Amino acid sequence: MEKKSVLERLHETQDKEKEKNYISEQKASELLKENSDSLSHIYGVATFYTMLSVKPRGRYIIRICRNLACHLENADSVAEELKNLLGIGFGETTTDGKFTLEESSCLGMCSVAPAMMINDEPYGNLTPEKVKDIIESLKAGSKK
Amino acid sequence: MKFFRTHILVSKDSKSMFAGAETVEKLLVEEIKKQGLGEEIKVISTGSIGFEGTGVTIAVYPDGIVYSPVTVSDIPEIVSEHLLKGRVVKRIAFPIKTSKMPSGVTFPEKVIGIQKRIVLKNVGFINPENIEEYIAQDGYSALAKSLCDMKPSDVISLITASELRGRGGAGYPTGLKWAAAAEVKGDCKYIICNADEGEPGTFKDREIMEGDPHTLLEGMAIAGYAVGASVGYIYIRGEYAISINRLNKAIEDARSYGLLGKNILGSGFDFEIEIKKGAGAYVCGEESALIESIEGSRGEPRKKPPYPVVSGLWAKPTVVNNVETLANVPRILENGAEWYKSLGTEGSRGTKLFSLMGDIKWKGVIEIPFGTPLSKIVMNIAGGLKNNAKLKAVILGGVSGYLIKPEELDIPVDFNSLARIEAGPGSGSIIVLDDSRDIVDIVKNIAEFFKHESCGKCTPCRIGTDQICEIIDRFFYDEGSEDDLNKLMRLSETMFQTSFCALGQTAPNILQQSLKKFRGDWERHFFKSE
Ligand SMILES: Cc1cc2nc3c(=O)[nH]c(=O)nc-3n(C[C@H](O)[C@H](O)[C@H](O)COP(=O)(O)O)c2cc1C
Ligand code: SF4
Ligand code: FES
Repeated sequence: MEKKSVLERLHETQDKEKEKNYISEQKASELLKENSDSLSHIYGVATFYTMLSVKPRGRYIIRICRNLACHLENADSVAEELKNLLGIGFGETTTDGKFTLEESSCLGMCSVAPAMMINDEPYGNLTPEKVKDIIESLKAGSKK
Repeated sequence: MKFFRTHILVSKDSKSMFAGAETVEKLLVEEIKKQGLGEEIKVISTGSIGFEGTGVTIAVYPDGIVYSPVTVSDIPEIVSEHLLKGRVVKRIAFPIKTSKMPSGVTFPEKVIGIQKRIVLKNVGFINPENIEEYIAQDGYSALAKSLCDMKPSDVISLITASELRGRGGAGYPTGLKWAAAAEVKGDCKYIICNADEGEPGTFKDREIMEGDPHTLLEGMAIAGYAVGASVGYIYIRGEYAISINRLNKAIEDARSYGLLGKNILGSGFDFEIEIKKGAGAYVCGEESALIESIEGSRGEPRKKPPYPVVSGLWAKPTVVNNVETLANVPRILENGAEWYKSLGTEGSRGTKLFSLMGDIKWKGVIEIPFGTPLSKIVMNIAGGLKNNAKLKAVILGGVSGYLIKPEELDIPVDFNSLARIEAGPGSGSIIVLDDSRDIVDIVKNIAEFFKHESCGKCTPCRIGTDQICEIIDRFFYDEGSEDDLNKLMRLSETMFQTSFCALGQTAPNILQQSLKKFRGDWERHFFKSE
C-alpha cells in the first residue's frame, strides 16, 4: 500500500477540526513538510472538493440537496425554511459558529427526497416543519 | 445452533435510519421479550428490501409479511397480534405482498415476486455485518472455486462468455476489459471499484454496499485473480457513511477469515482491499478523474488513450468497474455463463438494478431482467403515477441520460432496444414526471447541476454550462425567443463535439432532447409583447 495521499491527509485534518470543520493555512503547511508538495497544489486540492473547506465553518454542516429528485419534492421550500431558521444564506455560518448551510449535489437519498445531511447523518422526507424540529433539537443540544 | 420459529428482519439502511429503524429494532426486541417470545423469535438487522420512502420496514419470516411504515406505537400490536396469535396486522401490511404466492419460495421472492433478485439476493435478507450469514448463503464459494479450480484465463473466458457488460453507464464488455488488463506485462496492477455514484437520481450501488458488502469484496477479489492484481481500491463517495462503515467491517472480517490478505485459501493468491473516500465532486465518477483523485490530486479527467487498463493508477494497468458490475461476478462464477445468458436479452445479459423515483407510488431500488418494458417498470412495479396523474415523461439513466415520451414507454429496457430510440439504460435511474411538470423547470435544474459540477478544465464545458444556464433563465422569466432556442441547440452541439470528457459531452443531452420532444413547453415561455 502506498503512503497517504494529499487528499486523504486533508480529509483527516478536517475531520480532526470538529468545531470548525475546515483546513487552516497552518495545518495545510504542516502537510507541506510531510508530503513535500507545494502549498498551491494542496490549496488546489482542498478547493476542488465540496466537502473540504479552507474557511472556518460551523459545528454542524447542513448540506441540502438541490438536484432533480429533491427539486421535484419541494426542496426549495425546505431550503427557504432552513435559511429563515438559521438567518443565513448558502455558504454562510451562523455567528455563534454552530451551523453552516451548504447546497449539495445528489446525496443518493432520492427515494426519500427531499434530503439533506447534517455532518455524516442523512435525513429524508423533509418538510419545513420537520427541519424546524431537527434544527431546534440541535440548537437545544439534545442531539450530538 | 438454536432454532427460532420466526425471524424478523429489520431494514437498517440510510433510508430507514433517519426514520428511526434503530429505535424500532430496540423496542421490538424488548416487546418480544416482554411478551415471552424471546426464545422463539429472533430479530435481525438487514439492508433495504427495496421499497423505500415509506419509513421503517420490517419483514416477518417465514410468513413473508412486510410491515411498512412501522412506528413505535405499532410494535405492541405486531407482537401480540401477529407474533403471538398469528393474525396479520393488515393496517400496515405492505401492499405488494397482497397477491397470493405459492408456499415454499424464499423470502425475497415472496415479497418481491415481480423482480428477479440475483445481485440483490442477500440484500434485505442477511445481516450485512455478519460474514457468517454471507458464507451460509454460499458466500465466497465463487472465489474458492476460481482460486482452486480455475486458471485466471479461465475466469476471464467465463466472464467473456457470460457477455456481462459494465453497469457504470457505458456498458463496456467486462470480459474484454479484464482481458486487456491481463495482457499487459508487469506484476503490479490494480482493481478499482467505482462507488462514486454521483449521477443525480441514482442510488442502486448504495443498496448493494449497505445490504451485502461481501458480494462486492468477493467480486473484486475474483477480478484481481483474473487480471493478476493484488490490490483493490473502493473509491466511494464521502457522503456514504453507512456504506463505508459496513465495507470496512466486511474487509476486516474477510481478512480475519483468510478470505482477503496473503495466500487466500492456501492458493498462493494475495489480495488486499482498501477504501478511498471521495470528497464531493461528481466528475470523480469518470474513471480517469477518479484515478487522479485516488492519487490525491484534483479530480480532473485525463487524456485517453492511454486507457486505464494500460496506464491507470500510478501509471499501472488498472481495471475500473462499477459496484453492480462486480457484484454480478460471483453469481456468474457460481451458476455459469449459460445460466447468466438465459436472463435478459441479446446484447444485454443478466439483470439490471434501477433506482425509481419522482411522481410514482413506490420508490426504491429494484432488480429486473434486461428487456423488461419500461411501461411495466413504471406502471406495475412502481405502482403507476401518484394520484393517478397522467405521465409526461420519464428521465432514464440520470440527468445526463434520456428523455422518454409516453408513446415510447413500451420500449424494452436493454441496450439494443433503447439504441433504437437513441437512448440507453445509463446509470439505471428512472425519474418519472407527471403532466403537471414543466420541462423548462426540469431542464433548468439539470443545467444548474452541470454548471456546478463542471471541473473547469476545458472551455466548452466550463463556459458552455454557464451560458446554457443564462439563456434558460430568460425562459424562466418568460423572456425567451426562437433565437434563444437556436442558441441553445448550437451550444449543446458544440459541447457535445468539443468537450474534453463525457461530463461535458453528455451534459446537454436532456436539454437537446427537450428542444425536440417538448418544444411546446419552451415556446410557452417566449416573450410576449402584448
Ligand atoms: C461524469 C461521469 C461520472 C461518472 N460517474 C460514475 C459513477 O458514479 N459510477 C460508475 O460506476 N461509473 C461512473 N462513470 C463511468 C466511469 O467512467 C466508468 O465508465 C465506469 O466506472 C466503468 O465501469 P463498468 O465498466 O463496470 O461500467 C461516470 C462517467 C462520467 C463521464
Ligand atoms: S468536459 Fe467539463 S468536466 Fe470534463 S474536463 Fe471539460 S470542464 Fe472538466
Ligand atoms: S436528487 Fe436529492 S438526494 Fe438525489
